[in-house]
This record gives sequence, structure tokens and C-alpha cells, in this order.
Amino acid sequence: MVFEKYILAVITTNPSKVPSGAAVFHCEDKKEMEIVATNLEAILDGIAHALTEELYVIVKH
Amino acid sequence: MSEYTYPILFGLAAGTLTRVYMLRTDYRQYPTYLHGKIIHVALGFIAAGLGTVAIPSIMEEEFTAITFLTLAASQFREVRNMERNTLTELDSYELVSRGKTYIEGIAIAFESRNYLVIFTSFVSTLGYLLFNIWGGIAAALLAIVISKGLMAGGKLKDIVDVEFMEPRFDGAGLYVDNIYIMNIGLPERQEEVLRYGMGFILKPKNFNARSTIANLGQRQAILHDVSTALGVYRDSGTPALVPLAKRDLDDGRVGVFVLPQEKNVEKALKIIEAVPTLENAIRMPTERQTSGKGSQ
Repeated sequence: MVFEKYILAVITTNPSKVPSGAAVFHCEDKKEMEIVATNLEAILDGIAHALTEELYVIVKH
Repeated sequence: MSEYTYPILFGLAAGTLTRVYMLRTDYRQYPTYLHGKIIHVALGFIAAGLGTVAIPSIMEEEFTAITFLTLAASQFREVRNMERNTLTELDSYELVSRGKTYIEGIAIAFESRNYLVIFTSFVSTLGYLLFNIWGGIAAALLAIVISKGLMAGGKLKDIVDVEFMEPRFDGAGLYVDNIYIMNIGLPERQEEVLRYGMGFILKPKNFNARSTIANLGQRQAILHDVSTALGVYRDSGTPALVPLAKRDLDDGRVGVFVLPQEKNVEKALKIIEAVPTLENAIRMPTERQTSGKGSQ
């Protein structure tokens, strides 16, 4: 089976909302979260999607 | 020299010239280089030879000789395979790929053009032998006109109305009109997308067009054509900057989102309107009979 899309990383400012099973990055505030997401997007060749204000995921398409 | 020498040479020349005429480097950007062209001119020459010698064989009552035309069929099917393989290999290195449907369309065109060459040579030689060289020239010109007519396909503007629409964000969702395109999380990326992005709405003119533009291959062809003509703001490793075309499920409109290097609305509209309707994407649901013979 080939996975077409998968979550590479999760970036959040709210540790209580975070699922297990993925690489999770905890951030202090939204600004830090955006910086981390930008870097991860470039590093992982994925797209940073915003799920909510405090939760971003990097997805490989 | 036999009585057939000049007619055969004439047919060969007419066929080969037709192939050269049909081998234009156009917006499809292919074939671009001399080597690619030489292959096709050489194959066109062979096709011309096959078409042209058929007439003398008939006149000499060598009917079995006509069977060599079957060779042509297998020979030119190879041409189609060759084109398909080359373009598929190259497609993975395109920033915005052509897509399999477009490639298949181009490959079919290459094959069928060789048959048009056979046809041209055939009627040219026939004209020459039945009348004289002027008869041959008239037949050749007529065949070229017919070939050109058969070669031209439909354009997108025949089946859809194209309208420019500024893309916008609703939260993290990117929209063209009311059609959702994708989710872009980073504000920085969103700004980039709004600065470079252009949105277009394709409104189908009828029910058949609705199915045709829904085809994923047809949509990819639109994105590819716009991106080759206007450039693309994208690089490897920036998957967020990707041109996309999505469909409104309610009324079959398609929202096209592109990231051209040159933001020229007029030009982009013209390019989208001139995108060929791919033979393999055309659907005609209204041709399906729901009453009478067809439904049985």
C-alpha cells in the first residue's frame, strides 16, 4: 500500500490538543509556531496547513 | 527510368513537405531540437514512400504488394509509443507536468500525421498518373488542405466561458470565487500566493462541456499551457506554490488557480481559451440515448 498523503510533523502552541504518533513541536506563541512551520515546510518539502489557530500540520502530498 | 519515376518522386516530395508543414514548433514546445525534427521528417519520408508506391502497384495489377501498407500501421504505432515514452519520462522533471492525457493526445497526433502523409502521397501520385503534373499538384494541395482540417482540434473557448477572478483567502483556505482550492497555513506563504496568484473560472457552455472540463487530464493541460506560456512562480521543494484546478460540484464550473511569473490577465485569458480540448477528455453524455435503441 502506498500512502499518498501523510502528516510529517505537528506544530502547536497548545500541548493538550496534540495527538500522539507524529513528530510534535511545542511552541510558546503563534509567532514562534509560524517560524517553526516555515522552516519545517522548507526542510520537509511538505505544505504547512492550518487546522486551527493553535495547530499546524506539515503534510506531504 | 520507368514511367512511374516522376510520379513517385512527386508523391514522395508532396508527402514529405506535408510532414514538414505539420511539424511546427508551437506552444506545445515540442519537438524543439533538430534531432527530434529529423526523426519525424525521416519517418514522414518513409510514410510518403509507402503511400506513393501503392498507386503504381495497383496499376501494375500487383495487388498483393498493397499488403505492405500493413507495415505502415505497425511502424507508426511505434511512433506513438516512442513519443509517449519520451514525453512521460520527461514529464516528471517539469515544474508543472503535462499529464498523461495531454501526452497521449500529442502521441496520437504524431501517429495520425504520418497517416495523413500517406494519404497526401497517395492522392498526389494518383493525380499525377491519371492526369498530369498539374493534376498531381492540385491533388496534393487539396490533400494538404484536408490534412490541415483534420489536424486542427477544438479549443477550450468553444465549450467554456473564461472569466478572471482574484483569488482570496477565507481563514487558511484559498478560494477562487466560491471554489475551494487548498489550505495554506503560513501567513507569509499566503501573501506570496495572493501577490503572484491568478484565478480563473471556467463556466461550461453545455452539459457535455461540464464533463469534459471535469476530466483531470484536461485540467492539467490547462495548468501546463498557462505555466509554459507565462512562466511559473515555483521551484522544487515548494509544494505549497502549486497551480491547481478544482471543480464546483454543484454546477460543474472549474476554478483554475495559477502562479504565473508574468501577471497579465489579457494574455492569460487568451491562453486558456486556446488550450486544446483533449481528444481523450471529450465526453458527450447527451449522445447516450436513454430511450429507444441505445438503451436496450
